[in-house]
Amino acid sequence: MTDISRLWVYLSATPLLWLFATLAAYVVADRFAKMVDRHPLANPVMVATIPLAILLWTTKTPYTAYFEGAQFVHFMLGPATVALAVPLAAEFKRVRRLGVPILIALFAGSLTAIFSAVGIAWLLGAPHDVLASLAPKSVTTPIAMGIASLIGGLPSLTATIVVVTGILTGVIALPLTRLLRVHDHAAHGFASGLAGHGIGTARAFHDSPLAGTFAGLALALNGLLTAILAPLVMKLF
Amino acid sequence: MLQAFAILLGFQLGGEVLVRVLHVGIPGPVLGMVMLGMGCIASLKLRRACESAAAVLLGNLSLLFLPAAVGIVQFLPLIAKQGLVIGAAILGSTALAIAVTALTFRFVVHRMKLENRE
Repeated sequence: MTDISRLWVYLSATPLLWLFATLAAYVVADRFAKMVDRHPLANPVMVATIPLAILLWTTKTPYTAYFEGAQFVHFMLGPATVALAVPLAAEFKRVRRLGVPILIALFAGSLTAIFSAVGIAWLLGAPHDVLASLAPKSVTTPIAMGIASLIGGLPSLTATIVVVTGILTGVIALPLTRLLRVHDHAAHGFASGLAGHGIGTARAFHDSPLAGTFAGLALALNGLLTAILAPLVMKLF
Repeated sequence: MLQAFAILLGFQLGGEVLVRVLHVGIPGPVLGMVMLGMGCIASLKLRRACESAAAVLLGNLSLLFLPAAVGIVQFLPLIAKQGLVIGAAILGSTALAIAVTALTFRFVVHRMKLENRE
């Protein structure tokens, strides 16, 4: 065994290597995003995932080995979700004043997200388990996987669909709302969080703190509402 | 900073415990968020105490999704069989959901004349 392959065997078995790789990929992707003025296409989640996926693939590293290191980053999603309460409390007066538009947009957006995803796939002839996996695509992964298993979907397929939906939202939300001439940060942020859960919220925080705050609110509300609406919509298909 | 982080973890823990005791189908951190939200609205002192950790976590939220995003790569073969259908559904539905939500929000704000009243 050569020294290099011995070093590799040692490093690839410790969490250190993949924790470092995850942080390094993010730092580079985030620098790049800042360089291009946070252009929506330079989404750091998308940009950083590509080299990491290629690295895992070329070194034939199983995902479980990668996750040994990456789990420390993944764990922070819990406290980060709790932390969304802090900017929301700071903006509480504005949230209460906009209570009616928030609730109406929530119902309209949540129904659209579920119904259009299932409807488009149904028109294209997808089987029932794929339809059920698509129904909760706009909500945060733990809620989405729970809904999927309840309505006859495949939770692992749902997890994949949820992440792709989030990244897509991060890329298209700003150009699309600008095209529709919605320049209000509360409306744009709320739409980002509703359609693209945490990844859409992450992008919205880059646009402005207000957009991020409303995205976090939409993430929580749509998670709860989709758990109620998705099983009802699925009865139609 | 460490105190702020401990408060966030404490609310997450409280959420996880309550979710299991009450058998409600929402994730512990989401319930923790609701409880901390009510706490921070009631007490400015509590809000100030968590601000430093919240700012760091929310400012780098994209990083926290990397492990999950890398994870989807192993499930891509699952999508491959139905790839075009699933891709079309995600693309069409995501664009529609963003458009409907943003336009509805703005429309209702406009109708109720809620703009710039602060």
